[in-house]
Amino acid sequence: MRNSLREERFSIETTIINIVIIVLMSTGVIFSLVTALGLIRLPDVYTRTHAASKSSTLGVLCVLLAAFIHFWLIEGIFNTQLIIAIAFLFITAPVGGHLIGRAAYMSGISVADETVRDDMKVAIKNKKDKLLNNKTPEE
Amino acid sequence: MMTFYWVSLILVSLGFTGLLFRLVKGPTIADRVVALDAIGIALVSIIALLSLIIETEFFLEVILLLSILSFIGTTAFAKFLERGEIFDRNDHN
Repeated sequence: MRNSLREERFSIETTIINIVIIVLMSTGVIFSLVTALGLIRLPDVYTRTHAASKSSTLGVLCVLLAAFIHFWLIEGIFNTQLIIAIAFLFITAPVGGHLIGRAAYMSGISVADETVRDDMKVAIKNKKDKLLNNKTPEE
Repeated sequence: MMTFYWVSLILVSLGFTGLLFRLVKGPTIADRVVALDAIGIALVSIIALLSLIIETEFFLEVILLLSILSFIGTTAFAKFLERGEIFDRNDHN
């Protein structure tokens, strides 16, 4: 009911706001779908964390920004919790992806067959050698 | 505009079902944790779209809470996968 009353008065500001909301929301929905596609199609855990951390962060960022603009400029509600949520998600979602990738490598999950180089193996081997060389003179 | 929100909600829910597929099928535990993380983030999008559709601002508190809970869950699972224990007190060696 409220919606139909509001849409009766067409003004240029409402049109511009709606166009901005539609662009942001479409971007967010497309990136959410790309996330699902990447999680289904990619071959191993590490590429899946790549899909799940980056594209889903951008997708949810655009959707929340569209919701914020809708509530601010159309309904007149300035919601600060939404801004905090946007900042928090922007910081923590890639950190979570990185943590899962590291934990998966440490727990011994193998990489896909298509992988061409594995820098983490070299780094871990160097660190182990360094630790062993440091320990032996003390003993 | 309401039709656009409904279409967006349906498309995001479609992606949600894809994530559920990976959560059920995933060969290793790490796959399932990645899917859970992505499900938490997709749920935030769904709640934002729902609050746009039914025109209330009270759902927006759920968004912040759910993002914090999702991150804490992901961190706990990652630490559990890496060491086998969540709280590291340095008393086991």
